[in-house]
Formats: sequence, C-alpha cells, structure tokens
Amino acid sequence: MGHAIAFYTLSAFILGFAVMVVTTPDTVHSVLFLVLDFLFVAALYVLLGAQFLAVIQILVYAGGIVVLYLFVVMLVNLKRAPEAHSDPHRHTKIGIGLAAATLVELAVILAYGYARPAPTLAETTTAAMPVVGNTQQVGWLLYTSYLIPFEIASMLLLVAMIGAIVLAKREL
Amino acid sequence: MIDLFVVPLLKILVVLNVTLVCVTYMVLLERKVIAWAQSRLGPMRVGPYGVLQPIADAVKLMIKEDITPTRADKWVFTAAPVISMVPALIVYAVIPFGPEVTLFGRTFTLYIADINVGLLYIVSVASVGVYGIILAGYASNSKFPLLASLRASAQLISYEVAVTLTLVSVILVAGSLSMVEIVRAQEHSHVWFGFIQPLAFGIFFIGGLAETNRAPFDLPEAEQELTGGFHTEYSGMRFALFFLAEYANMIVVSSVATTLFFGGWLRPFPNVAALNFLGIIPSWAWFGIKSFVFLYIFVWVRATLPRYRYDQLMRLGWKVLIPLAIINLVVTGIVKVALM
Repeated sequence: MGHAIAFYTLSAFILGFAVMVVTTPDTVHSVLFLVLDFLFVAALYVLLGAQFLAVIQILVYAGGIVVLYLFVVMLVNLKRAPEAHSDPHRHTKIGIGLAAATLVELAVILAYGYARPAPTLAETTTAAMPVVGNTQQVGWLLYTSYLIPFEIASMLLLVAMIGAIVLAKREL
Repeated sequence: MIDLFVVPLLKILVVLNVTLVCVTYMVLLERKVIAWAQSRLGPMRVGPYGVLQPIADAVKLMIKEDITPTRADKWVFTAAPVISMVPALIVYAVIPFGPEVTLFGRTFTLYIADINVGLLYIVSVASVGVYGIILAGYASNSKFPLLASLRASAQLISYEVAVTLTLVSVILVAGSLSMVEIVRAQEHSHVWFGFIQPLAFGIFFIGGLAETNRAPFDLPEAEQELTGGFHTEYSGMRFALFFLAEYANMIVVSSVATTLFFGGWLRPFPNVAALNFLGIIPSWAWFGIKSFVFLYIFVWVRATLPRYRYDQLMRLGWKVLIPLAIINLVVTGIVKVALM
C-alpha cells in the first residue's frame, strides 16, 4: 500500500517535471526541470531497491551530463528565440511521425514483455550468485551474464572519446 | 516505531545542529588562525577572545537587507543558495561518527544511515552541489558572477575526476562502499589506509581544497579579478548560505578524509593493548580530533600559500593529479590481485 502510494506520487512528479521540461519558455529553467526529473527517477530506483543504480543515476545524469547541458545552454545565449523557432508548426509532420514510431516501439516492447516475461532479478540471483549486496550483484551480472553487451558499450564509449578528442584538437 | 522514526529524526536534529555550530565556529577559527599567522589578534571584541563573534555575525547577516537585482532570474536566484547548502548538509547522513553507544539502556549507532553505497552517495551528492554555483552566476545576470561561476564549475568538474579516482583505489583496498565497513576494514587490517595509500590521500586532499574553492585554488572568488566571485550580487542571509556552504563542504572533506584514510572513529593503534588507556576518549571525540586537524590544515594552507593562476590550476588538475590517480589505481589493483 505505502509502496504503491510512493510509486504513484513519484511517477506523477516525474511526468509533471517532464512536461515542464518541454513547455517552459526559458531554456535554463527547462534544464533545471530535467535535473529535478532525474532526481525523482533516482528516488524511484531507491523505491525499487536498486540503490546502486539510484546513486549512479544522480552521479552520471544529474551531476555530470546535465551540468554540460547547462554549460551549453548558458553559453549559447538562447534568450531571444531565433527566427526558426517562431513558427510552432514547422516540424509538425516529423513530430507526429516520431511520436507514432515511439508509440509503436513502446507497444512492441510491452507486448513482448507480456508474451515472454523476463526472469526477475530474484530468479537470476538464486541461480548461483556468490555475492550479496546491491553493488556486488550488479557487478557480478555485468561480468557474467551481460559481459558482451558491457564490453560493447565500453568500446562505444572509447570510440566516442577518441572522436571527441579528434574533433576538439586542431592538429594532431 | 521509536527505532524507525524517532531515533533517526533525533539523530538528524543533533547532527544538523552540531554541524551548523561547527560551521559558524569554523569561521572564527579561520579568522583567528589567519590573524595569528599574520601577527594580529583577530576578533577580540565580542565576548572573551572574541568567542561570541560567530553569533554576532549571524545576527548581522540575518538583519541585513536582502536584495534581489531587478534583472535577475528571481526563482533561480532564490534557489541557488539553497541548492549549494543542501548537498553540503545531507552528506552527513552516511558519515560514521562512531560505532555503537549504549544510552538509557538502548543501543544507538553513531551514524544516521549505513547504506551499501555510502561512498558513491557522497560523490553523487557532491556532484549536485556544483549547480548552486553555476545557477548563482547565471541568475545574477551580471558579468563578474557569470565569469566566476564558469571558472568555479570548470574547476569543480576537473578536480572531481581526480578525487573520484582516488576514492576507487580506497574502495579496492577496503573492499566495500559502505563508510562503516571501510572503517572496520581499517580496524581489521591494523593500518589506516592513509599509510597504504599516501598518494591517494595527497590527491584527495588537494582535490578537496580545489572542490571547496579554498586557497590556493580560490579562483572563483579572486577579488582582484572578479570583484566578489559568483555571489557578488547576493546579500544578507542568502550570501551567508553560500559562505556557510563553503565551510560545511570543508567539514565534509575533512570528515571523509578522516573516515577513508585515517581510521574514522578508531583510536591510534587500536590493536596495541599498551595504548588501551586512550580508550577513555570516546570514539566520536577521536573522529572530531582528526577532522579538526584537517580543518586546521585547510586554514593553515590559506594563510600560507599564494593563489594559483587559472592555467596552472587546470594543468595541475588534468596533467598531474589525474594521471597520478590513474597510476595509483592501476598499481593498487595489481598489488591487490598479487596479494590474493
């Protein structure tokens, strides 16, 4: 009961702030609502018992990535809307298309989830995981069941990093 | 019921009030120590040897006029001091001041929460603190605060990397992210991690100086170049919040350094029975003494060293501290695997 109340309250805040992000006229305010949104998502993770994920969410998203967003938004003065922004209907068709695609994607994921439910974490943990504790279990899963996706993601990050260095440096 | 709500609330109340008193007296300590370093007396008028000076300061700041510039972004301008103060205070939720004490027939733990991800919690909360500074500079709608806040946030982001890397090597040695477990690991291994990881401690402390915007890294408030720093447009209690947040962060860095590198609540040589008489000093007092030493060093450094130039600061952070931290991490990992 208390769990459900907490979940719906947090979800209401998350959705509310998400709406504020796209409706606020001031770009800096919209970045701030994004930070609040991420903090509430972290609270949702705590509610689900994933403390490690919650802390990483704050550290990486709220404390890292959005700070860079804020830098960009502050430095490229967006106070006066550029000409292109004045017409609200300029991207209506693309917008509707993208929204429809996202909706279809969500529907497919949901349908797939109902048709073939993923094993819950409790089931995976009982399958011989020699460690206890949230962080240790995440680490264990990353280096056993999800090793290849994890390595691919790290390769991707390495490539992105090298790309950023090449772009930023004028002569190598 | 009592264990679930009343005891944690009381603990929070005590920790919050003790911290805030410590913060105000930290200001007095700083003024006194710097005065002594410069052969002056420091505050002497309010109370004997000026001990009531922090109270006079607090009253003055509270009754001062609170100004919001007309062109400022009002909401963000109001929120910024709060955003910088709150992270500095909620970090104390996971800092262990001691193990258990028995009081009125009940056993209390001398920490508010012992969570599995304690150290990561501290790092992530500290990373949110940078918003206070960026937003203060932005919302003031004035050029010097904006420049100062850009400097400050670049500095914070750069040194955060090095500091976090040193924390990883401590985690490797301790084998846990929980602050309580890290202290217990130091008890079991009979050595404070500051002696196994001297390089990590050095980088952590230098990074701590930079992250709290303290001399010699106090560029964000370099008066000669930036009038007053990112809080130029603030007055009264809102200015006081920024001011107190800086000191609260200093206490956080000192407490974390004590916990991770100098045995937290442990007395010196907890395994040597000949030193058992040291046990009459309670665990929380050992914690306080060790943290005080670090706070004193903070002030000492400010009284002694000149300020870095901005390019020197960035070079130190990116080209010296981060490579050293990475080397330290790799060596720690190799040694740890070799010893297993």
